Amino acid sequence: MGPASLLVLIMAAVAFSTAGILLSKVVLKASKNPVKGEPYECGVPTIGQNWVQFNVGYYLFALIFLIFDVELIFLYPWAVSVQRLGMFAFTEAVIFLFILFMGFLYAHKKGALKWM
Amino acid sequence: MEFSLASIADSIDQWLNAHCASWLALTIEFVIVGVLCIGLFAVLGLVLIMMERKVSAYMQLRLGPNRVGPKGMFQTVADTLKLLVKEGLTPAGADKFLFNLAPFVVMIASMLVLAPIAFAKDFVIWDVNIGVLYVSAVSSIGVIGILMAGWASNNKYSLLGAMRSGAQIVSYELSAGLSILTIVIFSQDMSISSIINSQQDGWWIFKGHIPVIISFVIFIIAVTAETNRAPFDLAEAESELTAGFHTEYSGMKFALFFLAEYVNIFIVCAIGATLYLGGWMPLHIGNWEAFNHIMDYIPSSVWFLGKTFFLIFVIMWFRWTFPRLRIDQLLNLEWKYLLPISMFNLLLATLVAIQGWYF
Repeated sequence: MGPASLLVLIMAAVAFSTAGILLSKVVLKASKNPVKGEPYECGVPTIGQNWVQFNVGYYLFALIFLIFDVELIFLYPWAVSVQRLGMFAFTEAVIFLFILFMGFLYAHKKGALKWM
Repeated sequence: MEFSLASIADSIDQWLNAHCASWLALTIEFVIVGVLCIGLFAVLGLVLIMMERKVSAYMQLRLGPNRVGPKGMFQTVADTLKLLVKEGLTPAGADKFLFNLAPFVVMIASMLVLAPIAFAKDFVIWDVNIGVLYVSAVSSIGVIGILMAGWASNNKYSLLGAMRSGAQIVSYELSAGLSILTIVIFSQDMSISSIINSQQDGWWIFKGHIPVIISFVIFIIAVTAETNRAPFDLAEAESELTAGFHTEYSGMKFALFFLAEYVNIFIVCAIGATLYLGGWMPLHIGNWEAFNHIMDYIPSSVWFLGKTFFLIFVIMWFRWTFPRLRIDQLLNLEWKYLLPISMFNLLLATLVAIQGWYF
């Protein structure tokens, strides 16, 4: 049905979600209570900030992910035509993946893939 | 005339075009598509949650829900009604805009992925020529919604759960993408319809030799992790993080997250069935004419749904077979095993494809 169907799908998702949330607002009788707004921490009062620092390891993984995701995007057009191009394209991919794999080994050696 | 969804869609299209102006017909068709997708979401939510509970129950020698309706069939309907009358709380310190936006983002992401999926023969919403690339691109929007939800909730559990989810989903996306590439190499096209057509004489899992089988296994592992299912469900590990990124969500907003999660399972299994098990293609064995004819009588939509639900069952089976991994084990599995294996497997698949060693 063409790209317009994406708009239809987005509108369907928004309509569905909005309808659900609005319907529950209509049906519901909510009571006000300041305790309700507190962050859930199994009944224990929160200590300090809620937006805490998290491990820098996530960041390293995100960086390496970025490299490999871009690699994936480069490989998509290659994958479509590799059968027609034959061994030449295969050799190219081997070189490409080899360079990336060296980088991957370097990251591994540096300890970027080690947790904590 | 045999039953097929495509012929129903065609006759509706012809009837509409004969009776109204073309713009009106198009608008009505768009409305029908939207309503059908919403209906699919609702039905999938009900069916999959029921299936999950029943499968879990039988695996543990329990009966599962059996009070509401025959065999407990309407339990999920009752649960939905319960969620509807629950209050959708917004925590006091939360980032209200992002907190309310997050369920919408997740829902939109999983709704958009439906576009290129072939539900039956010639029954696709939009047969885009870069189908699998589109799927892997759009399905990764969902992680933004998850991070948004976790960050906006003003809750430590949510934040940690969201970070874990994010790390896990983006990591496993790589090996899922590389497995998809294997099939793209074999079928030489990215559109879902031509991938299915390339499996006319046999599904890729049978035709493609060892590389396709390896990539199928990697794909199943990766999508299990991508949908945050056990044994990779540590983003919402109940015993340590209560519920992960949706700890603070309640009522309908929680229901939307829950629904999107189950629809995502359906979608990844549908993609898996399309790439490896032939989508709506019936099972054909060589030149067994009679057997092939019998298989052709089963409607293509039944084939598609059957394969998809088989894969969903496999993923549910995992949940009761493997214990949950730790975050470092999870990341190790991806980065030290699955990613190198799938990179080498990609080259192996290329070699097999170029040399024509597949059937």
